[in-house]
Amino acid sequence: MNRRDTGLIQDEPLIFEQGGEGRKGYSLPRWDVAESEAKNLISPHLLREDLEGFPQLSEIDVVRHFTRLSQWNYGVDSGFYPLGSCTMKYNPKVNEEIARMSGFASLHPYTPEDLAQGALRLMYELGAFLAEITGMDGVSLQPAAGAHGELTGIRMVKACLQARGDGRKKVLVPDTAHGTNCSTSTIASYQMVEIKSNEDGVISPEKVAEQMDEEVAAIMVTNPNTLGLFEEHLAEIAEIVHRKGGFVYCDGANLNALMGIVKLGDLGVDVVHINLHKTFSTPHGGGGPGAGPVAVKKELAPYLPVPVIEKEGGVYQVNYDRPYSIGKMRAFYGNFGVILKAYAYILSMGPEGLRWASEMAVLNANYLMKRLKDHYHLPYDRPCMHECVFTDRFQEKYHVSTLDIAKRLIDYGYHPPTIYFPLVVKAALMMEPTETESKESLDGFIETMIAIAKEAEENPDLLRQAPQKVKVRRLDEVLAARKPKLRWAGDK
Amino acid sequence: MGNFARYIPHTPEDIRRMLETIGVQRVEDLFETIPMKYRPSKSLNLPEPLGEPDLLRHLQELQSPLYTSFLGGGAYHHFIPAVVPSLISRSEFYTAYTPYQPEISQGTLQSIFEYQTLMCQLTGMEVSNGSLYDGASSLAEAVLMAFRITKRKKVLLSQAIHPEYRKVIETYIDPAQQEIILIPYGKGDGRTDEKVLSDRLDETVSAVVIQNPNFFGVIENLQGIGAKTHQVGGMMIAGFSEAIAYGILAPPGKFEADIVAGEGQSLGIPLSLGGPYLGIFSTRNKHVRTMPGRLVGETVDLEGKRGFVLTLATREQHIRREKATSNICTNEGLCALMATIYLSCLGREGLREVAMMNLSKAEYAKKAVSKVKGCRQTFSGSTFNEFVMEIDGDPEKVLWEMKKEKIIGGLPLAKFYPELNRHLLVTVTEMNSKEEIDRWAEVLEKCLERA
Amino acid sequence: MKFPEDLLYSESHEWLKDEGSQATIGLTDYAQSQLKDIVYVDLPEIGTEFKKGESMGVVESVKTVADVFSPITGKVVETNHTLKDSPQFINEDPYGKGWIIKMGIKDKGELKELLSSRAYQDFVSKEEE
Repeated sequence: MNRRDTGLIQDEPLIFEQGGEGRKGYSLPRWDVAESEAKNLISPHLLREDLEGFPQLSEIDVVRHFTRLSQWNYGVDSGFYPLGSCTMKYNPKVNEEIARMSGFASLHPYTPEDLAQGALRLMYELGAFLAEITGMDGVSLQPAAGAHGELTGIRMVKACLQARGDGRKKVLVPDTAHGTNCSTSTIASYQMVEIKSNEDGVISPEKVAEQMDEEVAAIMVTNPNTLGLFEEHLAEIAEIVHRKGGFVYCDGANLNALMGIVKLGDLGVDVVHINLHKTFSTPHGGGGPGAGPVAVKKELAPYLPVPVIEKEGGVYQVNYDRPYSIGKMRAFYGNFGVILKAYAYILSMGPEGLRWASEMAVLNANYLMKRLKDHYHLPYDRPCMHECVFTDRFQEKYHVSTLDIAKRLIDYGYHPPTIYFPLVVKAALMMEPTETESKESLDGFIETMIAIAKEAEENPDLLRQAPQKVKVRRLDEVLAARKPKLRWAGDK
Repeated sequence: MGNFARYIPHTPEDIRRMLETIGVQRVEDLFETIPMKYRPSKSLNLPEPLGEPDLLRHLQELQSPLYTSFLGGGAYHHFIPAVVPSLISRSEFYTAYTPYQPEISQGTLQSIFEYQTLMCQLTGMEVSNGSLYDGASSLAEAVLMAFRITKRKKVLLSQAIHPEYRKVIETYIDPAQQEIILIPYGKGDGRTDEKVLSDRLDETVSAVVIQNPNFFGVIENLQGIGAKTHQVGGMMIAGFSEAIAYGILAPPGKFEADIVAGEGQSLGIPLSLGGPYLGIFSTRNKHVRTMPGRLVGETVDLEGKRGFVLTLATREQHIRREKATSNICTNEGLCALMATIYLSCLGREGLREVAMMNLSKAEYAKKAVSKVKGCRQTFSGSTFNEFVMEIDGDPEKVLWEMKKEKIIGGLPLAKFYPELNRHLLVTVTEMNSKEEIDRWAEVLEKCLERA
Repeated sequence: MKFPEDLLYSESHEWLKDEGSQATIGLTDYAQSQLKDIVYVDLPEIGTEFKKGESMGVVESVKTVADVFSPITGKVVETNHTLKDSPQFINEDPYGKGWIIKMGIKDKGELKELLSSRAYQDFVSKEEE
């Protein structure tokens, strides 16, 4: 059957539906040794007959296929990406070049230390930079993502308490917390106790004092929180928690608002995870890889995962001799390829640059908030940090929802903001512009949002039918969940 | 304004107009809610910023020299076709977020669906997720999933599983509630001791975990282990750290594995000092709702056109919150894409051929070293692309000497297995030429004589 | 919205039909309208005992999960297997085809603690405010 050349019209078959018998897309080093007879070396029943269903494609088939797929995507390089708490800032291209340098990319994790001094130095220095930025004492670069860092941090708290003979069972989590904070507590075998935020959208010390006792291991805060508000009572809350022997965990996802402005360690935070793929400009990759280093005060430092990178007499060493360590959260040292990029970013920005980034991020969010508040309902009319949250309350009377607004933005060529999170706000629209957006870019988005608000009033069907200008519209998620089809089944 | 201004577009005029709109005098005023006493008086103690040329120069100097290497043990030097870095450098792939808005992420979603399919085919299982962090944490998640399903508290781990993977499993479980029993390896063949395993299998066991090929490069015989484990109501978890082996080895799905969890770095992902890598995780359809990680499913749109969406999200942290099957959010999306592109290039014939080349080169190395006095192969079990040898000398000293010849001769095992204190793990892939292998054997012989 | 008069209701939006020594339980019309399209139902094992207020299983839609709480103390005698292939019965016919669990009633006194149709309707209108 002749296949039409699908080009840019976005109707690309799966790799399994293309190519065919005899197509070859690879080359290997030459056969300079004799080919073994597998059956003579390995029991035949342990060998496979065939890689059934595997594609057979030529190189150009592969290149066209994935090039076309990429064209159906939207990245930060395509346009504004105002996802709240994701910090979709520009990913500098020089960092990509650095990660590809063969003296880094080809480095085996078990390379002898004396041959990897540059790489070890880089990791050691990044650890020191992150400790300085957050006001903490020790860092592990091991966790592969923010949630991984959270689990690492909470496990360290648990280990420290257990070493004291203190078997606490509860963790306090604000209602504005990201879902990972809740699932992390459960995985660490803690019982989660929710703390409701007050009318200002922050946690009040009184509420914490009510719940804080000697059964509470820690409070997990996010600062600024997911409403984009600075948790102004954090220092007082930290004191309340510390007085009863608990720890303060900070989810560092929103660190982009605070660099050079305030150090979390100074506010009483004992342990914080940092998302390199948010604050430190490493790319999101369509769902990773990221990196979630965890920074701690010295009380928790003995519990850091092994190994720890140390410097002794000008030589960088990998130290596994840490008797109180919680163990390992993954094999080897961390997502080095991501760590490299964050290191390069910090060296490119310097102290003034990082502070400038936070200041401009906060400026951009406040500008967005001020210009949109007459058109969209603002549940917390207070100065925000790096992100702001709106709702669809003004549009409700036209029977238009947050979902409709988001889908209509797609018709205007924008990636929508985060929707329906945080949960404390009904039908939230959470926007984080980041500092890498220019005023024109923001103005374009603002004017579009204003136009959509007008459409909601005058022609709401445009929103309810949106998106209209894309190749696939309103995909049936109900069908996907009721009758899951999670792989191509043509080989069955 | 420093060089960093190239990343932050605001001009003084922009700022003036924005402040005016907001209604404050200075940028500083936007931080009013932060009490002054917590505002630091000094700037951050970080190095002064470097422009691009100076940055590149600095980083170039930190690079490592590239030696001929026979290192493996969970990370493998394989050929990465140029197509892989070329395609994943397309910014629509690498600067995109998680595909929560399916209409504008069909590229990412379709490629994850293709990845899920390839992983099912590779491992012989029914459903795969969109990736976890790495092989070690993937295996740990498999153990936690088995605990959830069986509601039992004990897991039998083969001692021949990668020591770092075992350490991660130990870290992930709750020692107050759950127990690990180590099953020893046979000193003769290097395989998991099946007799001890059978003896320890009973109705308190949640799962049996075996890595194939194991850390010693030895091919395990999974036949029968699945059946025995199921008889007592347990689950068989098959792990792996060298995915290329499945170009020729029978997939764990053939031996009734319940969960397969391993490392995908060999599939087009650079060594990069240990990360980012790729956690592969596949299982049976009946367990799909207890599985961790993201899932992409096929569906149709308003007009009946095929499309892809994230699905079964109710297992995940952003919906299930404290009852989620895992807390994973960001995974290894771009690495999964690398594996998908790699496998698309190699395809049915290529994966088999590269696996055969690995097997053949390792066999050649074994023969070359059999002629060297003072070293011998340790285990009799058949191997894939790595094997253990014992040497008459101090491994650290011998390797040090070999390094002078710009060869990293192998991985000393003493720090992982104290009883294997004169042993090296030697790994040979398609990237080691015959000349390199010959030279390795030659230099090894010389260094052994000296030691 | 339907609130059949012959049923009893809980504040967690389950309905109960008193059938003597046994009761049939499901989710109310209001509950299904909040959840929207139901995609999956997780049913308990027959023979499991539940205390009043304990979660017996979950009902999932695309974006939410809701527990099905037991309105009484008792033992599960039957579950609606048709919901495996057709979870949408709960949306289409919550009081009929969409029934979820049949339980043996341990203590008939507990039924007095449940709400009448009128009381439940009032409760729902208050929730909506």
